[in-house]
Amino acid sequence: MTRINELFQEELKIINMGLESFNENLKKQNVKTVQVDWKPPTRRNKKMLSLLDKLK
Amino acid sequence: MVLKYLIRENSYYDSVTLMIITREVKKIEGVKEVIVGMGTELNKELTGNLNLLTPELQKITPNDFFISLDSVDDNIAKKAFAFVDELLSKKKAESEDYQPSTFESALKYMPDANLVLISLPGKYAVREAKNALLNDKHVMLFSDNVPLEEEIDLKKLAKQRRLLMMGPDCGTAIINHVALAFSNVIRKGPIGIVGASGTGIQEVTVMIDKLGSGISQAIGTGGRDLKAKVGGIMMIEGLKALQNDPLTEVIVLISKPPDKEVARKVLSILKERQKPSVVYFAGGDPEVIKEYGSVPGLSLEDTARKAVAIAKGMSIKDFTGFTVTNINKIIQEETKKLNKKQRYIRGLYTGGTLCDEAMIILSALVGDIYSNIPLKPEGKLSDINKSYRHSLIDFGDDEFTRGKPHPMIDPYVRQERILSEVKDREIAIILMDFVLGFGSNSDPVGEMIPYIKKARKIAAKDGRHICMISSVCGTEADPQSLIGQEKKLKEEGVIVMPSNAQAVRLAAAIVLSRRNSQ
Amino acid sequence: MVQERIEAANKKVMKIILNGQPTLLDIGVAGEVIPGMTKKTILHAGPPIKWEKMSGPLKGAVIGALIYEGLAVDEKEANKLAASGEISYDPCHHHNTVGPMAGVVSASMPVWILQNKKYGNYSYCTLNEGLGKVLRYGAYSDEVIKRLKWMENLLAPLLKQALKLHGPIDLKTMITQALQMGDEGHNRNRAGTSLLIRELAPYIIQTKFSEKEKIEVLKFIDSNDHFFLNLTMPACKCTLDAAKNIEFSTIVTAMARNGTEFGIRVSGLGERWFTGPAGIVDGLLFPGYTAEDANPDIGDSVIAETAGIGGFAMAAAPAIVQFVGGSAKDAVNFTLKMYEITAAENNIYKIPTLDFRGTPTGIDIRKVVETGILPSINTGIAHKDPGIGQIGAGLVKPPMNCFEDALQAFVEDLETKNLV
Repeated sequence: MTRINELFQEELKIINMGLESFNENLKKQNVKTVQVDWKPPTRRNKKMLSLLDKLK
Repeated sequence: MVLKYLIRENSYYDSVTLMIITREVKKIEGVKEVIVGMGTELNKELTGNLNLLTPELQKITPNDFFISLDSVDDNIAKKAFAFVDELLSKKKAESEDYQPSTFESALKYMPDANLVLISLPGKYAVREAKNALLNDKHVMLFSDNVPLEEEIDLKKLAKQRRLLMMGPDCGTAIINHVALAFSNVIRKGPIGIVGASGTGIQEVTVMIDKLGSGISQAIGTGGRDLKAKVGGIMMIEGLKALQNDPLTEVIVLISKPPDKEVARKVLSILKERQKPSVVYFAGGDPEVIKEYGSVPGLSLEDTARKAVAIAKGMSIKDFTGFTVTNINKIIQEETKKLNKKQRYIRGLYTGGTLCDEAMIILSALVGDIYSNIPLKPEGKLSDINKSYRHSLIDFGDDEFTRGKPHPMIDPYVRQERILSEVKDREIAIILMDFVLGFGSNSDPVGEMIPYIKKARKIAAKDGRHICMISSVCGTEADPQSLIGQEKKLKEEGVIVMPSNAQAVRLAAAIVLSRRNSQ
Repeated sequence: MVQERIEAANKKVMKIILNGQPTLLDIGVAGEVIPGMTKKTILHAGPPIKWEKMSGPLKGAVIGALIYEGLAVDEKEANKLAASGEISYDPCHHHNTVGPMAGVVSASMPVWILQNKKYGNYSYCTLNEGLGKVLRYGAYSDEVIKRLKWMENLLAPLLKQALKLHGPIDLKTMITQALQMGDEGHNRNRAGTSLLIRELAPYIIQTKFSEKEKIEVLKFIDSNDHFFLNLTMPACKCTLDAAKNIEFSTIVTAMARNGTEFGIRVSGLGERWFTGPAGIVDGLLFPGYTAEDANPDIGDSVIAETAGIGGFAMAAAPAIVQFVGGSAKDAVNFTLKMYEITAAENNIYKIPTLDFRGTPTGIDIRKVVETGILPSINTGIAHKDPGIGQIGAGLVKPPMNCFEDALQAFVEDLETKNLV
């Protein structure tokens, strides 16, 4: 019995990262869903990410 | 220049609301200057600055509401005043829900989330998918452009944590009867599916529904799962889960041609348990499948038919024919309408696996098929925008979709193509698929009808009839009505067949019938 | 390892911030009570700035202050004096003070005196002059000077007496109540002003001033919805000042703008300012004004957001978000977003519409850089030319580079200490 079988017993609750239309379609099916307002990493990003990683 | 003002004593409105209304009223043509506000000192000062202050306005108090307006004529002033009242009484509808900015904050917002659906650009998608798995969430990864190595890492990680990792490049899945990404609304039933092909899953699930049965789950694995390097990880995990699922009685596997070793591995695991299974490995060897105790599907439709038969306890038969009763009449009539020169089939497809299936069926019946996704390297079109002899085009393939929406959403590329195809005097038949369901265009047939009409006109100019054949991959419960879509096609003289396989076979039958009559 | 140090430091900082007890004690004269004040000192909002770089409203306020102090008789003289090098300019923040918009404080101005009772530190702020053509928006006409004199000679002494009769006022409690009455403490202060005047009115009546004078004072406060702003600001200031200089903390202790630059200070980075260009406010303009008229972001009032109110409590004041064409739901969403970049939820500033959830408090520079989410600030818009005044209100964000630069400095600091 894997987690996949457990999933089959649960109510689907979805985190949607990407196309908003997918989120809209889930809402139309009365599925609990949250849309992530994702933004691509911006300027100076690589440097900043490495600084942040140093502090982890 | 008409100065008009209005005072309402003891009528309070929020200053911000009034500022917005001022801005909106200013937009009315014929309004030169306006201020809508409460009678505060500040507002009186501003009104004075705009030369809109009258002695009466000077006397009002901060509890009094006023409008002062300079317009071209009386009527505009009346209009503006009415508009203000409209805005004051307008109720604003609920706006958008909260959208957290990161996966972590989404988790805080919905801690009991169990599935993450990712359709971000490939290079960022991997990081998010990994994060999701590490947080013990199942993942559906719609994104493509993910390096094979990263796919393998993700699937290994998922397997280790016993989670679903559907994708990358997984466009279709139906979990707990929820249509994810591009999927159809399918009746509940005892058939469980694992597929390495989006439109393959769509066609099979739709056929199962058309035959009166239903599905328990449809798990997508992404197109590359059965490659040697990936080793079928997710297909195996998926089918194991279906074997353990009490609501699944029959298991169906769907894939493009798998690596031979991987195919055997997958089939041997199927063999281990008691549940009957039907396997469609496109273009694969049915004997190998039989060897491992599964039933081979000869087409997507045949796969569905067999699964339903097993579920209903009926006998299993290969189906390579037609369920349309007057099929011979159709073949004869269409054959007659074509002239001597017309001999080629042009397939304009939005679903990749449907195009594949069409090529497999056709190449066995009519000979070489050319394509942008050919079965053999020799079949590759030198210019994908120009068909050659029998050609089947998959408009969903990367070469067509770079920087453009998928043809299941945006019909533009196929609309243009049908018009150029029809100029070729040698074409006899145009084959088209229409895929319904969540994710697809809200009216796929409606989008094509004007172009079908136009195409017929072009052909009619030199007295040519074009035979148009299609199938609609959808159910009545889909957002776009199946019956409505089929009706629109029939009204345009397009022959609508119950499945992609039958549509393709009909095209082949007409071509062969023509050859025989010449 | 290093993460633990940072988390521990931040925890300490948050404890200090959340335990602060900003209390209104008294009114005094700037030159007498503000540390480091001289006759020729002009304090201003935002990070350090030279006269030449100042924008219109700030220059106008400086001119007005010099005339008010009697150091110059008119605009011409004031301009000359301002540029002469004789005047020392310094951020209010360097003197335990905060000022809204131009934030100009000169020696003769009356100031509120607050103390953070828990930690003993003080903060100061001038009294709010009112709306429209006022010094803080760079106006310096006779009317402005006259009003400032009236405040010095009547308003302040009368209120000082009333306060003495009343006793200290617990501002934390008053702000909490105001937040539950539709205020957010930066751009919306109507409830706070109402609570204040209600609290003080009986004591104003009891002061030894004439009836006419008491009426003038009451009317003055009543006519100005933002009177309370000049108390929320120093309340936030003394709350945050107590949390300065905690080594390894990444929490922001000050945000401020001078009309040209936006600056932040971080607890673990001491007195250093990290600056970037002040932004243009996105909002609604009063009739008759266009975007070209707007001055860049200005004022110390963003100390409100730094302390977890203002834009961070927008869910408590939905009317504000209409400034950018939003809805009540958007106001809630603005606040919800801020939870992603803050260290804690406030223990006492609660938002009714969020089921009395505490406001997002304590901006963590790491989270700002990681998520790309910048603090949302509610603010007024000043005309870029001195002497005109407020021309609108709306939303603005700080420049990202302030936080990125601070993060870089923070890491470099640790590197020199061999901790990363």
